Amino acid sequence: MLGQVFRRELLLAWRRPGDTLLPLTFFVIVGSLFPLGVGAEPQLLRSIGPGAVWIAAVLATLLGLPRLFAADQHSGALEQLLLSPAPLAALVAVKVLAQWLTGGLPLALAAPLLALGFGLDFADLGVLLAGLLLGTPLLNLLGAISAALTLGLRGGGALLGLLVLPLYVPVLIFGSGAVQAAALGFGAGANLSLLAAMLVLALVFAPWATAAALRISLD
Amino acid sequence: MLELRDLAAVRSNTLLFRRLGLLLHAGEALRVAGPNGAGKTTLLRVICGLTEPARGEVRWDGTPIRELGDDYRARLAFLGHQEGHFGDLSAAENLRLAGAPVTGSVVDEVLRRVGLSALADQPARFLSQGQRRRLGLARLLLRVAPLWILDEPLTGLDRQGVELTAHLLAGHLADGGLAVLTTHQDLPGLDGVLRHLDLGA
Repeated sequence: MLGQVFRRELLLAWRRPGDTLLPLTFFVIVGSLFPLGVGAEPQLLRSIGPGAVWIAAVLATLLGLPRLFAADQHSGALEQLLLSPAPLAALVAVKVLAQWLTGGLPLALAAPLLALGFGLDFADLGVLLAGLLLGTPLLNLLGAISAALTLGLRGGGALLGLLVLPLYVPVLIFGSGAVQAAALGFGAGANLSLLAAMLVLALVFAPWATAAALRISLD
Repeated sequence: MLELRDLAAVRSNTLLFRRLGLLLHAGEALRVAGPNGAGKTTLLRVICGLTEPARGEVRWDGTPIRELGDDYRARLAFLGHQEGHFGDLSAAENLRLAGAPVTGSVVDEVLRRVGLSALADQPARFLSQGQRRRLGLARLLLRVAPLWILDEPLTGLDRQGVELTAHLLAGHLADGGLAVLTTHQDLPGLDGVLRHLDLGA
């Protein structure tokens, strides 16, 4: 059951490359416009670089969130998901995993390339990548809760943004903070550990909360 | 055995029905009738467990469905207003990845039974409404589910499609299955086993 849903999600992502690549395209565009807009001052670019890449990652993730459940709700596939004889939280986790593999992971892997444009050191690129590898699944998991809560509401898109941004603030702070701390020589361990701890918590609670929200939204 | 016990449902502050009690045995089908807005779809969603009733409960073999959870959902197959197909997947892929793992030969057989063999590789978004309904019927046949819940299964179907639905339903009931459905059209050949519930009355 879970395997079928996972394969289905990946196949759908493959068949809709336009939807799947939209967050990545957006991420690359925002990340490469930043240096052009700010100006070619190396010191300035190096200091805003981690924050800019992280902000672009957060906004790009936000862009893909409404897609997680809205199309399935419209087609009736979400009702079928709710009625399938498997724990809904596990099904939700599988969907979020597929969304991360096709959206968040490419984004994290593209980030070091963008960061080169800001003149970040090689060691800092590693910290940025590690932070995004921990942070992007966290963004997807937290986003899934908000997407489920705002499902089917009029103006749900705007509400989704309002709901999810406070949840994204700590991720953004610790994520970009990790690179800044590493650049200043403090070491990124503390920030990355906090991100990892938040990811573990979200892995346990977010699918369950999303499942509960879906049941309410479809009542 | 499906039991509705003292059911009441409220939708946007309107009481749709109350004191609904009913016992449906193996081999029987319940046809829910009533004017638009009488609560037919809501009743089906309550029986599925998608909507909480304002009062009362649904029981399967004597146990409330809320306690049964996934065990109840394993016995249930639902065909709603929207079939839940994925437009970017072919008809065969929709069945193969519908949920429970199935082999390609089962998919071919089920598609043949609903008359969609020629369209197996067609993306579902190119199917007509009647063909999408047929693909929905095919999903019911994929696994053995004793309880079928069908919301307007005949909408958009041609005469052969209506006969096919009636035929599949009769086979399901003859095998000891149960069904709850809404429809405004006549279902041929189900006279002995079809019970009626009129929500407008």
